[in-house]
Formats: sequence, structure tokens, C-alpha cells
Amino acid sequence: MLQGWVIVLTSFAYLGLLFAIAYYADQRADQGRSVIASPYIYSLSLAVYATAWTFYGSVGRAASDGVGFLPIYLGPTLMIALWWIVMRKILRISKVNRITSLADFIASRYGKSALLGGVVTVIAVIGILPYISLQLKAVSSSFTILVQYPEIIMPAKLGAVPVLQDTALYVALILALFTILFGTRHLDAAEHHEGMVAAIAFESLVKLLAFLAVGVFVTFGVYGGFGDVFARAAAEPQLAAMLTPLEGVAGSYASWVWLTILSMLAIMFLPRQFQVTVIENKDERHLNKAIWLFPLYMLAINIFVLPIAFGGRLHFAPGAVDADTFVLTIPMAEKQELLALLVFIGGLSAATGMVIVETIALSTMVCNDLLMPILLRLRRLRLNEQPDLTGLLLGIRRGAIVLILLLGYSYFRLAGEAYALVSIGLISFAAVAQFAPAVLGGIFWKNATRRGALWGLVAGFGVWFYTLLLPALARSDWLPRSLLEHGPFGVELLKPLALFGLAGLDQITHAMIWSMIANVGAYVAVSLLGSPSADEHRQASLFVDVFRGEGGGARFWRGTASVPDLHNVLARFLGSGAADAAFAEYARGRGRSWPNDELEADAEFVHYVETQLAGAIGAASARIMVASAVKEEALTLDEVREILDEASQVVVYSHRLEQKSNELEAATAELRAANEQLKELDRLKDDFMSTVTHELRTPLTSIRAFSEILLANPDVELAERKRFLGIITRETERLTRLINQVLDLAKIESGRAEWHVTRVDLKEVVAETLAGMSQVFKERGVEVTARLPERVSAVRADLDRLIQVLLNLLSNAVKFCEPGKGRIEVALSEHGGHVRVDVADNGPGINPEDQKVVFDKFRQVGDTLTDKPPGTGLGLHISRQIVEHFGGRMWVESRPGAGATFSFTVPVELARAEAQPA
Amino acid sequence: MDRIETKAQRLVALCMLGFLLFNYPILALFNQAGAVLGIPVLYAYIFAGWALVIALMALVVERGGS
Repeated sequence: MLQGWVIVLTSFAYLGLLFAIAYYADQRADQGRSVIASPYIYSLSLAVYATAWTFYGSVGRAASDGVGFLPIYLGPTLMIALWWIVMRKILRISKVNRITSLADFIASRYGKSALLGGVVTVIAVIGILPYISLQLKAVSSSFTILVQYPEIIMPAKLGAVPVLQDTALYVALILALFTILFGTRHLDAAEHHEGMVAAIAFESLVKLLAFLAVGVFVTFGVYGGFGDVFARAAAEPQLAAMLTPLEGVAGSYASWVWLTILSMLAIMFLPRQFQVTVIENKDERHLNKAIWLFPLYMLAINIFVLPIAFGGRLHFAPGAVDADTFVLTIPMAEKQELLALLVFIGGLSAATGMVIVETIALSTMVCNDLLMPILLRLRRLRLNEQPDLTGLLLGIRRGAIVLILLLGYSYFRLAGEAYALVSIGLISFAAVAQFAPAVLGGIFWKNATRRGALWGLVAGFGVWFYTLLLPALARSDWLPRSLLEHGPFGVELLKPLALFGLAGLDQITHAMIWSMIANVGAYVAVSLLGSPSADEHRQASLFVDVFRGEGGGARFWRGTASVPDLHNVLARFLGSGAADAAFAEYARGRGRSWPNDELEADAEFVHYVETQLAGAIGAASARIMVASAVKEEALTLDEVREILDEASQVVVYSHRLEQKSNELEAATAELRAANEQLKELDRLKDDFMSTVTHELRTPLTSIRAFSEILLANPDVELAERKRFLGIITRETERLTRLINQVLDLAKIESGRAEWHVTRVDLKEVVAETLAGMSQVFKERGVEVTARLPERVSAVRADLDRLIQVLLNLLSNAVKFCEPGKGRIEVALSEHGGHVRVDVADNGPGINPEDQKVVFDKFRQVGDTLTDKPPGTGLGLHISRQIVEHFGGRMWVESRPGAGATFSFTVPVELARAEAQPA
Repeated sequence: MDRIETKAQRLVALCMLGFLLFNYPILALFNQAGAVLGIPVLYAYIFAGWALVIALMALVVERGGS
């Protein structure tokens, strides 16, 4: 049975489990083995966006508006697509500057202005109070309803309860205690709360599972699936209209658009979202997965909202049960005790998650950006001289947490019952949307000034207060209702819900339009009318150009400081141990050790200390503290500009330098390639030399051997002597030929060969050469046939060279033919603007591998050891060089055993070719 | 740097696509009676479009690594 004590015990057991998770995660973090350094945990922690408002309120809104609740989740889905640009930049800026909260971010951007930080804090606290009260309301009413089980009675019907018997008060106090345990156990210089993040991620999982469970139960257990729920709804005349609701209940498309924009801004600027997205982020790369996982989470938690809403409307008599409680009351009506308890725990998860993170974020702001700057300036307190302020810091934060929750409870008592959950949440959304111009403008627009941001915020917040908060108070009868109906002092034009006569819009759209006009207008106008101070100029450049990574803020500081003073400042706020650790780390980064080596208190060191300090007490307070501990000279605006100019010049220089070095690299690569080529040529030349000398030595050796025989033996027989002399003569001829060809080749390759180019008729060349060689053919018993056309076009070439080529091919052919059986066929043809000569023989043919190298120098095909063909190995190489010189080609086609065909082409003389009739 | 730029531009395009899909006038085209697989046209359209945008974002972000 669901008695009070069962519910209370379960709740405490659940909170205990959360605390165990947080404790474990904190332990792991201390050991350096973080459990939250994962994109999945990061995405789940972002789901702190889904509060009790989502858990109970979405169904409530859907029950009256149909799809009207969806822009609240569609907006963030669209916004998160822009995170890759916007949030990456905010993340980087926050890491570099050790930002501790949204207020710190804005204050730091506009010249570390304590005033601006304070204003942001006040706006955030006032703006978020309704939202916190909403969570308290959700938990206390879900508890009250559950306790009535098996009856289903709305809390409103139970009548007002005195403060001390009000569950909401105890919920607030328990949550305050719990948040203090979570968020302020110790002071972290980086404001990381790993335990809290782990617990929040777990809570996100619980609330999703609880909601899906009740969704599946209602859709498939109570009804017969999605189709069944919608079909039954369509049959009810009251509900049928909601199936196409946009023109009807949900108001105009304008409110749809504004709701989308509003939630796009909320997902970035709600203090708790800023806390989990930016402050608690462990690694920028986690954004990658979060960009689609978080929208997926929102899609999943919304799938069953409409079936539950329609299911509830169908299930209960109209007006009997508050639609905000359908998630809980349907399982109760169906007597599902365990499911109802699970739903309660899910709602508790959603509410506690929101309250914990929100109050931690707000208490950090209140402490760092509101109270500390004031306390540090109050000379009477002499805080500057206190040795250790960590206790004070923790005390302020704990006090702030309790105070914020009690204020939330007060709002709940004051105005809580007048609104449905969704409307209360939207009031807070509209409040934090006021931060958008200052933050987004601040990271992209350098000329935005502190005064611009200040006036923008004040104006936007003022309009918000007038158009949203005042009406809320008036409806709860804390202000006269005539204010809403007739305007202040009866001035109709100033009616809070129809300012300047702008009527016909829903309250949120109306407030957003006017507050954004006021906010952006003041921000831009005041920024443009004034000019930034030196501090603002410096911070603007650090924020806007964060990805250019120019050495940080150290270059903007000038003054004198001492190491002990700096240590004192740090120790006062972080504790002595943490200060030692920070100094040691700084020294280690510069290859020194602290306290053994002397550290120089230069600009870089002072900047380091200030950044460390900013991580604990915010940028504005850190500025005040460091300024009090060191003697500094203020930089003028011109000096800041100068430094920035220098920096940008350095960027330009380094860019040019990079270009130059790229060019140099390219040139080096070219040189290297040329060098390789030269080396290759050198190697080829060496090869050539050694081959040539080898080729020269062979005939020389035989000449010398036979000469020596003749010289030593005068009585050699005549016949023998003749044979020897014959060999000597042949070898001498071969030597001469070789030397001639080497010289020839050298001339051709070096380009010093003389070419006597004239018009040449290849038919004549072929005929002449064949005639000249007829004696050779006869001697070797080779049969030659020539297939010559009537006429071919003339070519431009050197006649003697062409004869040389042809002679070479023919004598090669003869050489390889078997004596007596040889057949050579010479063919002449013309096509494609080229005259082609083919010389085919019926010799042994050439292997495919050899065909590739047969035109190389000194390549002789065949077994060179046993059957060395007479020749130099240069003939074909030279022939190909000649043909190529005239623009032709030379190649060979052959199959081993079936002879070889050497062919070459020479282009037709151009003028003649054109003159020829077609 | 190039890949980061491309990714950023694709995501901006997706944001604009989403804004187009979930606003007047495209949204109004689906604001009518009738049902797809038993689910009212408007609801089916919004949830399908939503899932599509998320799938495309996952594709853009996950393709090409971190």
C-alpha cells in the first residue's frame, strides 16, 4: 500500500542512492579517473533541461493545446545545431578565462565589471525563482496526490494548509540540505562538481525510463496503441478539434515561432544549462555526440506526451482531475501502485536535478558576482587582510542556497496556484532570454560596450518584470487587478498585457516582443553611442578572437608585484595547500620547481594568479583582489590598442612567414627532384662509359691477340696469316663503326648534330636503299619484297639520316635471318598525316620482355654469350632518336618464332599535306 | 580547419531546414484532419520531421570524426 511513510522512505532511499553515486564520482575524480569524462554522460547531464515541468507539465499543456508544448523542445533541437559555432566558442572562452558562471562570463567580457555581474545575478535569481517554485510545487502536489491513494483528490480541493504543515516547505529544506551536500562540500578552483554531474546524468536516465514506462502503460495497457487513443479522441467532439490545433487552441503561428525562439535562447542561458554545458564540460569534443544525443533524448521523452494527454482527457470526467497530474493519476486510477511510485520517483528526479544544478549555479553567482565584490570593497570588514577566506566563501554559498530555495518557496505560496506549470516555466525562460544579446553580441561584436550591455539588460528585464511578473502577482491578488484591466493609474496605453495597445497576442509573445526590442535596442544604441574603455577593449579582443589564441591576457598588464603577496592572495581564497599546488604547477610549466627556485613575479605570473583566483571567486572579484595585492599601472586605451595592433601585426607577419616558408619548401622540393635527376643522369653516364669501354676492349683484345701471334711467329702459313689479317681488319672496322656511332649519339643527344632538313620522298629513299643493299641480300641468300604505293607525300627530314635508319633496320633484319631461307618485306604506307615504313623479317623474333628494351643503348637481343650478333647495340637507339627528332615514332611488333616487324613513321610535310586535293 | 568549417556550415543549414519545416507555412500544410497509421497527420509530420533532423545532425557530426 502507498502509505505516507512508504513514499517518504522510498524518496529518501532514492536521494541516498543519488548521493552515493555523487560520492563515488567525486572519489574517482580525486583519483584522476573521472567517470563523467564521456560524451554520453555529458549528453545525459544536458537533459537537466527536462524538469518536473516537462515530466508533468507537458501533458498538462498538451491536454489543452495539443502540440502547443512542442516548440519548447523543437527550439533546443534547432539551437543545438548552431552550437558547433556558438557553444564551441563559449566553451573555449570559458576554459581560457576560467569562467565560473553566466554572470561571470558577461562581467568578464565587458571589462570584468562587478556592476554588470551583479545585475546579471539579480536578474537570474529573480527570473529563476518562479521556475524553482514550480519544482517545489510539482514535488509537493505529486506527493499529496499519491498519499491519497486509492482516492484521487486534487491538492487544491484539500484547502490551504498552514506553512508548517506544508509539504513544499519540507521539500525545499530537504533539497537545500541535499544541494549543500552536493555542491559546496569543498571549494574547487575550477568549479567542477563531478559528483553532481554523475548524479544528474543518472537522474536523467531515471526520469526518462519512468516517463516511458507510464507512456507505454497508458498507450498499450489502458488503450490499444497510438491509433486507438487518437481514434477515440477523434470520436469526442471536444477533443477532435485538438487534432488539428494550430489555428484554434494554440493561438497563432506567431506564438509558435516566439515559443521556438524563446526555448532556443533558454537552452543556452538558463543558469543550470550554462552550468552543465559550459562550466562542467570536461572536453570540447563531447559536443559532437551531444549535438544529436540530447535532441534524441528530448524526442524520446515527448513521444508519449500526446497519448497520455488524450488518455487522461478520455479517462476522467472534465474538470475532475488537473491535466498536469495525468502522468500520476492514470496509473493510480488503474490501481498500478508500483508504476505510480515509479512515476513519483521520476518526477522527483526531474525536480531535484533541476533544483540542485540551478541553485548551485545561482549560489555561485550570488557569492562570486554579487556579494564578494561588495564585501571586498567594504574596507571596514578588512577582508583583504584575512589569512583564509575559504570558510567565508563556502558559508556564503550555503547561505545562498538556503535563501534561494526559501525564496522559491515564498513565490510558491504567493503566486503558485494561479498558473499552470507551463506558464510559470515560460516566465523564467523569458527572463533568461534577456542575457542573449549581451552574450551572443559579446562573443562576435567587439564594439559592444559595458554600458550597452548594462542598459540592454536593465531595459529588457524591466519590460519582462512589467509584462510578465507584475501580472502574475496581480492575478494572485497581491496587486490590484485593475492594473491589468485598466493600466496603471488608468492609463490604458500602459496595460501590462497590451503594452502600447499591442493586443491579440498571448502573454509570452507579447512580453518577448517588447523586451527584446528594448534589450537589443538599448544594447546596440548605447554601444554605438559610446566607446569601449581600455579594459573593455582588451576583454573584447580576448573573447571575440579566442580561436586566434594570442598568448592570453598577460600582455596587457604592467606593474610590480611580489611572489609572497601573490601567494597570500591565492591562499586566502583557495586555501594554502591549493595555492602551493597552483604555484608548483606554474613553476613546472616553466621548467622550474617551487619553492626551491625563485619565481619572477612578472606579468605572466600575475595573470596566472588572477585566472586561478577567477576560477574560485569570479573575474570581477579576482580583479579587485589582485589589484589590491600588487602595484599596477593602468594602461590607457591607446596602449591597449597598440598592444592589440602589435598582436594583429604579429599575426600578419607570421602569416607571411608561413607563406614564405611554404614557398621555400616548394623550391626545396623542386631542387631535390632536380638533384635526383642529375644523379640519375650521372649514373647513366657512368654506365654508358663503362659499357662503351667494355665494347671497345673486345675488338681491341682480338686485334692485339692476332697481331701478337703474327709478330711472334713470322713463319705462319700464308693462308693462316690471311685469315688472321682478315679478322684484324673486321675488328678494326667494327671499332671504327662503334666510335663513329658513339660520336654520333653524343652529338644527337647533346643537340649538336647537324641536320640537313629538306623535302624527302620516302619512296625514293626505300627504293635507293634496297638497291644499294642488293649485293648484301644476294650474298646472304635473303629474298626481299617491297610493297610500295604509287606515291606518298613528301616529308621534311634529313635524307642521309633517313637512309641511315633504313640501312640499320635492313641490316638488322638480314643479320637475324637464317642464311638462304631469309625473307624480308618492306612496306610503305601513308595515313593520319604520317608516312609509315615497316620492315618485317622471318627471323627468330623477339621476346616480349626484350621488345621493351631493344631500343635502349647497348641492348643486344639474344644470348650474348654464345651467339653474339655482330653490331654495336647503338644502331636502334640512334635510329629511334633520329625518327623522334623529325616528330615520328619507332616501335617493334614481334612474336617469338614468327619474325619481327620494325616500323617507324615520319609526319607528312605540312604545306604539301594541305595543298593536296581532298 | 576546413573540416570544422564545413561541419559548421552544414549544421547551420540543418538549423535553417528545421526552422522551415516546423514553422508557417510548411507546418500549416499538415495542419489538417486525417491520420497516418492511426496518428493524426500533424503529429506524425512533426515527429517524423524531428527524427529526420536529428538523424541528419548525427550524420553530419559523426561523419568525418571529431
